[in-house]
Amino acid sequence: MLYGLAALALAASLLKDRGRTQAALKKAWKAFEGILPQFFAVLLLVAAALAVLDTGVISRFLGSGSGFAGVLGASLVGAVTLIPGFVAFPAAAALLAEGAGATQIAAFVSSLMMVGIVTLPMEVKYFGRRAALLRNLLAWLFSLAAAFFVGWAVTA
Amino acid sequence: MKKAFSRYAAFIALAIAFAAFLAAFPQWRTKALDSLAYQAGTMLLVIPPVFVLLGLLDVWVPREKMVRYMGEGSGIKGKLIAFLLGSFAAGPLYGAFPFAAVLMKKGAGFANILVFIGAWSTTKIPMLLFEVSALGARFALSRLAIDIVGIVVIAWALKAALPRKEIDRLYAEAERME
Repeated sequence: MLYGLAALALAASLLKDRGRTQAALKKAWKAFEGILPQFFAVLLLVAAALAVLDTGVISRFLGSGSGFAGVLGASLVGAVTLIPGFVAFPAAAALLAEGAGATQIAAFVSSLMMVGIVTLPMEVKYFGRRAALLRNLLAWLFSLAAAFFVGWAVTA
Repeated sequence: MKKAFSRYAAFIALAIAFAAFLAAFPQWRTKALDSLAYQAGTMLLVIPPVFVLLGLLDVWVPREKMVRYMGEGSGIKGKLIAFLLGSFAAGPLYGAFPFAAVLMKKGAGFANILVFIGAWSTTKIPMLLFEVSALGARFALSRLAIDIVGIVVIAWALKAALPRKEIDRLYAEAERME
């Protein structure tokens, strides 16, 4: 889908102005090459994190009755993993059906999306260490708060 | 050449650590390599088109327009645009960072950038539909509601916590990045 959109935009741009399109592609390449080292680093971190934290480990964290520790654990697992939503949601649904708490699942889903420990190298490159660390910390704290709200909303 | 090497030094160190990890824990070896291949595939699907779109955005959208719609003084309208821009985007959060850099370069306000990042990370419309079908409307919608609050709170807190100087430095950095 993204490729389609990019191709469409590129074609429109080409029709309008060839020189500018060339300049755009040159900029795109330069920006891409600039992030490449961080990009490779993120790849390796993700691979290692996902190998250790498989669904078995995750479901142990999220087990029913795991209480606050479970919520905390779930949010930490979510923070360090990078799983696309279309994989995470069905997995979360399966865990929910197996008796995991809604609060734990919400903590996992929220921190999964908002907190990115493994993508930090990229974020630091664009936002600086201070802003990137602070954003992730705030997002993590928020994902805990959001989890309790969702847990309450689902059972209320 | 030397500059290129120092840029990749962290990656090379990580690659060595990763190889050591594979050697030390054979039980995780296949899974680590599988997910490496899988993640590389997803990233290849996302990253190149994002950068092409960015290049085009950079060339076609004039700075004045961006400042008018998303600059410091754009108020609620700027926040709303940032929010919608992030929500309609596709792809994982790491796609948002280079995008944010271009918005910064074009003069979008810092709070708006943060709203954009927050929206990109968690309130994506296609994902929401998927979440409703997988986890139920109650779960998905209550999460959406609290997330909208959270995005604004985080953006505001982060902007307040960062000194003006650091924000200026980030803008200068984005300018340099081309």
